[in-house]
Amino acid sequence: MLEQTDRKEWMVLNIGPAHPTMHGTLRIMVKLDGETILEALPEIGYLHRGFEKGAEHLTYQQVIPLTDRLNYCSAMMNNVGYCRAVEKLLGIEVPRRSQYIRVIVSELSRIIDHLVCIGANLVDLGALTPFWYCFRDREYVYELLEALCGARLTTSYTRIGGLANDLPAGWVERCRKVMRKNIPQGIDEVETLLTRNRIFIDRAQGVGAVSAADALNYGFTGPCLRASGVAFDLRKADPYYDYDKFDFEIPIGKNGDTYDRYLVRMEEMRQSLRILEQALDGLPEGPVNVEDKRITLPEKEKVYTKFGALVQHIKLVVDGIVPPAGEVYSATEAANGVLGFYIVSDGTKNPYRIKVRPPCFAIYQALPKLAQGNLIPDLIAIIGSLNIIAGELDR
Amino acid sequence: MAKPISQALLDKFSGSVEALPAFREEEAFVVARDRLLEVCRFLASFPGCEFRLLEDICGVDYPGREKRFEAVYHLSSLEGEKRIRLKVLLDESDPGVPSVIGIWKGADWFEREAFDQYGIRFEGHPNLRRILNHEEFVGHPLRKDYPIKKRQTLSSPANFGWEQAAPPVPAKDAER
Repeated sequence: MLEQTDRKEWMVLNIGPAHPTMHGTLRIMVKLDGETILEALPEIGYLHRGFEKGAEHLTYQQVIPLTDRLNYCSAMMNNVGYCRAVEKLLGIEVPRRSQYIRVIVSELSRIIDHLVCIGANLVDLGALTPFWYCFRDREYVYELLEALCGARLTTSYTRIGGLANDLPAGWVERCRKVMRKNIPQGIDEVETLLTRNRIFIDRAQGVGAVSAADALNYGFTGPCLRASGVAFDLRKADPYYDYDKFDFEIPIGKNGDTYDRYLVRMEEMRQSLRILEQALDGLPEGPVNVEDKRITLPEKEKVYTKFGALVQHIKLVVDGIVPPAGEVYSATEAANGVLGFYIVSDGTKNPYRIKVRPPCFAIYQALPKLAQGNLIPDLIAIIGSLNIIAGELDR
Repeated sequence: MAKPISQALLDKFSGSVEALPAFREEEAFVVARDRLLEVCRFLASFPGCEFRLLEDICGVDYPGREKRFEAVYHLSSLEGEKRIRLKVLLDESDPGVPSVIGIWKGADWFEREAFDQYGIRFEGHPNLRRILNHEEFVGHPLRKDYPIKKRQTLSSPANFGWEQAAPPVPAKDAER
């Protein structure tokens, strides 16, 4: 905290929580000297819905729809992260086809999350056009996701032990078309609008710069950390689901400012397209759910015709999956950074404790430091570039 | 990498650090509260595998146990392959633990959340206030004895002691 200045010289401005530029419901109180920010105090919790407390009263499968609502811009990645943690607890590996499909939907979700971040960030800066381009591309992916699981935003697609259903017929071709033609075109168009745009460069370069050491110390992960120059991506450092077999690069920034974060996200989208191409090409055949009576629901046809399958279905729905007692921490590289799930099980059907490690929680706590000395428009640019998603932040 | 670090940790802090049985190949240690800062500093600067990324701090409530609360720390190194879990067991009557904010600035909000949800006090934290629940909230909701259906509404939002420079103008009605 700064020393007390003469009270007549500063003003307190309250931004949010209902504010067009506050992504979700964020409240910031800024102490201003003229227009310069002396101090910024973020307040969170407006979207706190008690995910962790609620999860203790549900079965493991019932928690899956709740995870959609964490980072709602890339819901699939939360599903994948959570199911991966429970599967680690159970000590099972999902079939390879399921792994590849999870990679495909994760990368699609990463692309749409970055599109939202860039679009919304630029709207806050006053540029409305890129928003439409970004969301048009998001529509293409929405159509794919809707064909896959019936929902555009809150997908609940993964299940413990695999997926809710396999890919529908023709989905792979549609996906290839979208990612070979529509999305690269869209990204190119956004790039043309923004990357060498004089106004955007003036507003974004040098604004909210974070050094590599600071970023790491604050617990930054994901594009914000990589924009500061630290080459850390869980897909390379601790690969899962065959990420070590895919050929892709992780873009690294230099200055860690708003412009670098934008560039890193743009390039990450292109790298995600590379991964998608390879994953779709290498998609193995086979089942998508693990063959285990205690985990996977039986096929509907058998449930209606065979008594054993009916009993198994009832048991799994009513009693749920019962993992062994123990605790695990499982992290995936979500769009915003390292999304971790710490699950403690006491051997009953309800999780004893689920803690979500949201990537933007660690990132947002650096805001007072980033905001100090800047103008309010700079603060808005910084918040947009950090990609704070209130659903994930507050849970 | 696994063996040298855990071995070095157990050698250097024998008596204050106890290894928990590995479950799903994860390394976890119970650390005595008074040596937590030393252990964290040791890990944060371990040659060859510095645990520079503090991934998570959370609390867990075990009401049946003698030491009711656990403060759980997840540290990770950039080399990625290494992740370590530290636990500090805390008594209900004295749930205090030194804050690691001096080592990792990122501990700030995670510790505030553990305080907010469980009541674990982090000594040395400059700003230990509630973070997710509102400032008039009474109790610590993630404790197992807090009823899930209980609602507490906020009567008036706070301004955190940041008064405006000028005194508020009295309402015209007050003059009548």
